[in-house]
Amino acid sequence: MASALINVPAKAKRGQIIEIRTLMSHIMETGFRHTAAGELVPRDIITSFVCRYNGNEIFRADLFPAIAANPFISFFTVATESGKFDFEWIGDNGFSESASARITVE
Amino acid sequence: MQEQETTRRRFLTLAGSAAVAGTIPAVTLRPAEATPAMLASAIRNVVGSAEVRTGKVKLDIPPLVENGNTVPMTVSLASPMTPEDHVKSIHVFNEKNPQPNIGNFYLGPGNGRAQVSTRIRLADSQKVVAIAHLSDGSFWSATVEIVVTLAACTEEAS
Repeated sequence: MASALINVPAKAKRGQIIEIRTLMSHIMETGFRHTAAGELVPRDIITSFVCRYNGNEIFRADLFPAIAANPFISFFTVATESGKFDFEWIGDNGFSESASARITVE
Repeated sequence: MQEQETTRRRFLTLAGSAAVAGTIPAVTLRPAEATPAMLASAIRNVVGSAEVRTGKVKLDIPPLVENGNTVPMTVSLASPMTPEDHVKSIHVFNEKNPQPNIGNFYLGPGNGRAQVSTRIRLADSQKVVAIAHLSDGSFWSATVEIVVTLAACTEEAS
């Protein structure tokens, strides 16, 4: 079962630059490994991550097998208004997870 | 299994020739590791014919890594991140993993600070290259040479 860890400050001053840290549990199977029997283990990774702030896309990433398991991504944004951050992870085999976090801007 | 192999190979052939048509004749078989030529071509795919200059980008990775399965990495630039002058994207590549790409990160003036962190895998001691695309159209890069004692990807899956 996939689960996300999101770290967004609950409160910020208007115009403050805040850090957003995200972690999604996922095996990130590279597709380059073989079993002991010599069979290739098929690729199973998260390929795309998006963050929206009150509906507007503020950060996007394309991920490749070289991203470690349980992808951790952190970035910054300017706290402009109170509202919601929506996070979305999309990957192989129909993987699709989302999470959200609220912020109060004073 | 045999049937799957065939399908996969045919897919790779199609995907390979579609992606590199006009640049490299054909990439039908995946090599065991990304060669410097693959690194160069992956970078070309991003920057096109633009010149990539060294500087501005700061790439923080430990130079000596014990475990290549999870290597912390931070890419940052000193940018005012205004609508007129900001970092549009950051692209990270490696030299010797099976695939040259690590990640593409798309930013905008709303980010306030041009900095991205993640954790990556390194299959061998090698170079990691970060390239930033600025709003004025220029490309800047930083390269770090990393020594990995325990490589990622090489172990058998249980």
